[in-house]
Amino acid sequence: MEEYLTLLSFGPNGWGDEILLGTKMTVGLALATLPVGFILGLMVALAKRSQEPSLRAAANVYTTIFRGLPELLTLFLVYYGVQILVQSAVQYFGYEHFEVNAFVAGMVALALVFSSYASEAFLSAFKAIPQGQYEGAYALGISRTKTFWLVIFPQLIRLSLAALNNLWLVLLKDTALVSIIGLNDLIRYSNTAARVSKEPFLFFSVACAIYLVLAMLSSVGLSRIEKWANRGEVSK
Amino acid sequence: MSMSEPFKDYIAPSSPPVVHNARGWNAERIIGTTWLFLWIVMGVGLLWFMLVSNNVALHVSWQEQFPYFAHVELSSDAHFINKYASKLLKGFFLTLQLVGLSLIIGAMISLPVAAMRMSNIPVLSQVAYVYVYFFRGTPLLAQTFLIYYGSGSFMHFFKDIGVWWFFRDAWNCAVLAFSLNTGAYQAEILRGAIRSIPKGQWEAADALGLSRIVTFFKIILPQALIVSLRPYGNEIILMIKGSAIASIITILDLMGETRRAFSRTFDFQAYLWAAFAYLIMVEFLRRVWELFEKRLTRHLKR
Repeated sequence: MEEYLTLLSFGPNGWGDEILLGTKMTVGLALATLPVGFILGLMVALAKRSQEPSLRAAANVYTTIFRGLPELLTLFLVYYGVQILVQSAVQYFGYEHFEVNAFVAGMVALALVFSSYASEAFLSAFKAIPQGQYEGAYALGISRTKTFWLVIFPQLIRLSLAALNNLWLVLLKDTALVSIIGLNDLIRYSNTAARVSKEPFLFFSVACAIYLVLAMLSSVGLSRIEKWANRGEVSK
Repeated sequence: MSMSEPFKDYIAPSSPPVVHNARGWNAERIIGTTWLFLWIVMGVGLLWFMLVSNNVALHVSWQEQFPYFAHVELSSDAHFINKYASKLLKGFFLTLQLVGLSLIIGAMISLPVAAMRMSNIPVLSQVAYVYVYFFRGTPLLAQTFLIYYGSGSFMHFFKDIGVWWFFRDAWNCAVLAFSLNTGAYQAEILRGAIRSIPKGQWEAADALGLSRIVTFFKIILPQALIVSLRPYGNEIILMIKGSAIASIITILDLMGETRRAFSRTFDFQAYLWAAFAYLIMVEFLRRVWELFEKRLTRHLKR
């Protein structure tokens, strides 16, 4: 028992500080991806609701691709694909070396996946907003932009919150994949610790436990947001 | 003078209204067209890249008279495809096998777990809750590592009780991890579906004197399965996508063969072929599932 505690301690003999660093990276990546994915998803949802057929078609291609590909493959496509593309472009201009940042590649890939799922969530929320809301705003002489931001958007958030909660938890778990392209996240540090200490079960259990704690913390936060979003509802 | 005479001077014959058939170029149309154009450029670019990397060339010998070309020949030197197509295909079938096996075992796990989760005995429902919470709350990658690498910590113990052969093999570990994972998700789907069936169905069956088991299998489950059809379809798709993780613990599924081919050749088309295969798989399943759902719910249509 004592040796396990030593292994998990924060001193030079323990892996506690590394695991903490990895946790920070995991949370940081998820938090950095969230706004990008959110905005992209909203834009794709708006595109899918457009009157313009070409815009709808383009948005549908987007979601078909990024919902159909495994997250791991999306990550590799972004990481190696961008690397190869930029490398050849850079060589053309005479530079030698270019390396894609694993964090940025992970963020882009996860945002692509997140946004294509989020767009579906937004789309069904849009469908739940009655037409009368737009008509009422029009009758009051509110401009289209203002109607969207002041009337539709707050309702949209409330209606899509449950789905977005789920997507956030999925995103948090998907960050684990970024360890494979070499980002020092929780899984990667656990892997290193497991190899060096020859205690794989201990370190992967700790990693799983940390993911569970993160999920619990987020569900506490999310239920608060939900309460805030539903504050206008009549309490039962 | 008739009544209509005075108006004659005031109403000038108007020209027929101009019908605007052409749509204007508003912002949406510009963005949509540009975006679609970018997709097409990307598609053509990828096709071009595939052709170039397989050294596909068109040889035409010209002549003076009418058809002008005497001889057309398409040549290719598809090193990559010649060498790796069969392997990628093998990986594709291994992926199907992995997903199918995990889903079936997961379904078998999910039934008792869902039953435990809804049981009135606190211990049973708590155990099931912890199982479901763990497997839904942690990444599949971490679970796979926990089982595959983590079993190494218990090597001596597992050897003693004679199950080490099972955990030594990456394939078994992957199937176990995936089955446990999808079992937890499927249990939740099943539980949600069963709970969505109104209580009156149970009570009516009880009034008819049917036993609980008959009620469950003949009345509740068929209705619950219709409710759970869509989430089940999503779960299958998630499993297909999630199975790519098996490649990390050295299993040569589609993703594993792809990664191996890429690491040997540094030819990016490896990933493109894999992407194509996964997209086809998922889209095919989605379409089939839609038809399936339409067929099974045809009596519910109003």
